Amino acid sequence: MSHKPEKLLDKKGLRLDGRKPEELRPIKIEVGVLSNADGSAYIQQGKNKILAAVYGPKELHPKHLALPDRTVLRCRYHMAPFSVQERKSPAPSRREIELSKVIRESLEPTVFLEYYPRTGIDIFIEVLQADGGTRCASITAASLALADAGIPMRDLVAACAAGKIDNTIVLDLDDTEDKIGGADVPVAIMPNVNAVTLLQMDGILTLEEFEKAINLALEGCQKIYSMQKEALKAKYVNVKEAEE
Amino acid sequence: MSSVIVRVKQKQIAQLIAKGKRLDGRGLTEYREIKVEQGIIERAEGSARILLGKTEVMVGTKIEIGKPFPDTPNEGVLTVNAELVPLASPIFEPGPPDENSIEIARVVDRGIRESKTIDFEKLCIEPGKKVFVIFVDVYVLNHDGNLIDASALAALAALLNTKMFNYEIKEDEVEIKPGYTPLSLKKHPIAVTFAKINDKFVVDPWLEEEQVMETRLTITVDDNDNICAIQKGGSGYFTPKQVLDAAKIAKEKAGEIRKKLNW
Repeated sequence: MSHKPEKLLDKKGLRLDGRKPEELRPIKIEVGVLSNADGSAYIQQGKNKILAAVYGPKELHPKHLALPDRTVLRCRYHMAPFSVQERKSPAPSRREIELSKVIRESLEPTVFLEYYPRTGIDIFIEVLQADGGTRCASITAASLALADAGIPMRDLVAACAAGKIDNTIVLDLDDTEDKIGGADVPVAIMPNVNAVTLLQMDGILTLEEFEKAINLALEGCQKIYSMQKEALKAKYVNVKEAEE
Repeated sequence: MSSVIVRVKQKQIAQLIAKGKRLDGRGLTEYREIKVEQGIIERAEGSARILLGKTEVMVGTKIEIGKPFPDTPNEGVLTVNAELVPLASPIFEPGPPDENSIEIARVVDRGIRESKTIDFEKLCIEPGKKVFVIFVDVYVLNHDGNLIDASALAALAALLNTKMFNYEIKEDEVEIKPGYTPLSLKKHPIAVTFAKINDKFVVDPWLEEEQVMETRLTITVDDNDNICAIQKGGSGYFTPKQVLDAAKIAKEKAGEIRKKLNW
């Protein structure tokens, strides 16, 4: 069992892992990591390790789910049994079913669903190690996997959470901060369209704190957005180099 | 519903909303009539039935003795479950809870839990071994839109009506004594749901509005005007400014409802 620290911010205002309040955790993103999938991405954000894969557009099974005017986007967010401190049963929990829904709904606005009627696109997300903020990291990776699959999109979706610890609004909470902290506000945006596609909150925030948190989260999303673009380009630079 | 009918309706509803009107005659930030009945199921520890317009939700609470979670050995347990029973709507099917009913249950749960409405430490009998488990079962009886707000109201009404049984600990055994004490609640979180239709927000969407909405946003507000839960639903989006505007309206609406119901 992990012990609970008394304070999440030290005298200098630094967090337990040494970050400043408005600082992201180290992020590593790779695109095109699974050869069987039509598109895939891997993200490490702090201790989070998450794989996302996209299959489709393809024939939908069961067939009665198909829609005459657009493709059906499906999403499964799943945590590996070894991804958390105490083994998690591999059966989908209520939390995973809810997250699958909100992640799907955060990506639907960006995909040109009407381009592929009567088909389905499946997004599979596997959390290999969880350290707080997995839904946001999952969205960041899944939107890259969609792009890697060559699916026409309005924009990438970048996601990041902000929250409150020791009465300070901070960016990108890790597991400890999320569990003990006062609030968590995960946000996803399509940065070019200025569109919020995921918004949740738990904890207690005043209106002013909420406004501050959402603005900080939006800044974080912008930073993640540029990392996403770099990661996407890097794949094709690598392909080009391999060709030469 | 057929997508053609939805498209026809969408146009009509959107045109009205652009003029600040709604199909059922309400203003954009006006709730339907709310009716509350409490204590209607004698076998339950607490119960309530809410009518939000034609939307009807019943909640019963049961209290059992169970084990605490390992990470909170001194705290009781709250379990919220929602059933979209098939008699409530032609679109509900029998079977295990789908993602919609799980979402409703989890949003209701988050509002109650995060606002610290229940003093969980008071529900502890023996740390790490025995605690009270409060089951809140949401039963949707008639679906005419905005199930989240109706369920949150019904859950709170049922909790306000919940009686804890008196007990004594004798040789490590919990002995139930006659009589009851009411479960004390510290907060009254109110969920306020918005639907976005053609870039405009309406409060408390009814069924026809839900069928044509692009996005849904629920903001739960506690007695101190603090936000304690938010959930976006549906496959649309909104701008950051729309979110902040909605938060302000939610604060007002929650206050109004709390005043009206004397909570």
